Amino acid sequence: MENDIRVYVEEAPGQRTELVGPTDMGLSLMELLKASGYDIMATCGGMALCATCHVEVLAGPALPEPEDAELDMLETLPVVHEGSRLSCQIRLTPRTDGLVVRLAATGA
Amino acid sequence: MSTPISTDICIIGAGPVGLFAVFEAGLLKLRCHVVDALPQPGGQLSEIYPKKPIYDIPGFPEVLAGDLVDNLMKQIEPFHPTFTLGERVERFEKLDDGSFQLFTTDGTEIHCKAVAIAGGLGSFEPRKPAVENLEQFEGGRGVHYMVRDPEHFRDKKIVIAGGGDSALDWTNFLANVASDVTLVHRGTTFRGAADSAEKVQKLHEAGKIKLVLSSNVTHLHGNGELKEVTITGNDGKAEKVPLDCFIPLFGLTPKLGPIGEWGLEIENDAVKVDTLDYSTSLPGVFAIGDINTYPGKLKLILCGFHEAALMCQGAFKYIFPDKKYTLKYTTVNGAPSM
Ligand SMILES: Cc1cc2nc3c(=O)[nH]c(=O)nc-3n(C[C@H](O)[C@H](O)[C@H](O)COP(=O)(O)OP(=O)(O)OC[C@H]3O[C@@H](n4cnc5c(N)ncnc54)[C@H](O)[C@@H]3O)c2cc1C
Ligand code: FES
Repeated sequence: MENDIRVYVEEAPGQRTELVGPTDMGLSLMELLKASGYDIMATCGGMALCATCHVEVLAGPALPEPEDAELDMLETLPVVHEGSRLSCQIRLTPRTDGLVVRLAATGA
Repeated sequence: MSTPISTDICIIGAGPVGLFAVFEAGLLKLRCHVVDALPQPGGQLSEIYPKKPIYDIPGFPEVLAGDLVDNLMKQIEPFHPTFTLGERVERFEKLDDGSFQLFTTDGTEIHCKAVAIAGGLGSFEPRKPAVENLEQFEGGRGVHYMVRDPEHFRDKKIVIAGGGDSALDWTNFLANVASDVTLVHRGTTFRGAADSAEKVQKLHEAGKIKLVLSSNVTHLHGNGELKEVTITGNDGKAEKVPLDCFIPLFGLTPKLGPIGEWGLEIENDAVKVDTLDYSTSLPGVFAIGDINTYPGKLKLILCGFHEAALMCQGAFKYIFPDKKYTLKYTTVNGAPSM
């Protein structure tokens, strides 16, 4: 579809699964991951309050900078990476086409 | 081991639904003991969103989650429930006479006539840092994921790790309790409450605490008891620091935990119940609130309150199969108490 973009989830080094998501529904990456059956809790429903949707961005287009609420939450995690983000704070837009992410370890 | 606690209903989970179940049980003159893995009551409301307003509690056009918990605690005061906080119910056994014996992580034993699981998303467990031999020093051997009793740290050498509010708050508090406090933070700035961050900075400047930024605790050392940690800077430089206690404070995350292993019928990480009285597949065990599932389930506080009321009727019948209870309104009975 015209409004669809692709994001890739890296399951293991070199092993990526392609997900197709719409850009005209205001969905977040967290919602797409959940809808695709990935094991993320997203306890707070996308309010940047729980960090159970933590992902690591490995490659792809430059994303908008995280807002304060997201940075605050990332700060509380024991392990973060250079590309750590909360997937609920990443909107699916034409600008996120081609994003490659890895799910962070559960609980982190 | 301490003497077992004896009660009518043991409620697992002190979230809003577990707390309201105490009230409903109290109206039926059933005594309750409440256990929660968290050190404070309130479940998700206290742990995830204490300052967020809630708009869908009947009679409250708007109420802060933390205030709702305070009100629930006040509402149950007349029934004198007892609490075991900061301990997770781990093991659970049904005895021949139909009663139950529960055991917590810290060995507390509870004997009860019925069990109400109000475990929400499961018990909140600490997020653990990626340090190899962490488990070796858990369970009173030097690693603490919560500060339950600050006195435990009096005159001790402690290292706190983390950059959120609880790491900052406890650093400030324990600076006056412990003999030596070091705060290790991965980053260079603190994003917690500005005044807590400022206090930490001032304590550091006054030489009352040590602040190690851009660093992580990477190794624990000791023989049975924790003796030293290695703190490694983002530049790769490492230093060994002697200590008595290591307190990693990286927040909590919910895990279904042991409830999934008690032989109850489970569907999608939730306990299946009969909506007649929210009984589970095991007679005498009930499940209410976010932890249960049935056709049409809504994970809302309001729905959990309703489930608590019906559950208590079911528990009453289980405990006293020959007694008849006639519903009286609280407005008729007057102010309820035990
Ligand atoms: C950000 C956010 C906003 C929300 N807003 C609303 C709203 O506006 N209105 C609304 O109605 N709902 C809202 N909810 C949902 C609401 O919070 C839940 O429905 C409610 O908390 C469920 O209550 P509970 O008592 O069943 O479980 P919880 O609040 O999850 O409490 C369960 C407790 O059980 C404990 N526990 C679990 N297992 C064990 C064990 N084995 N041993 C000891 N303790 C154990 C846990 O530590 C926890 O404290 C919101 C949720 C979130 C995350
Ligand atoms: S879903 Fe809770 S922070 Fe993203």
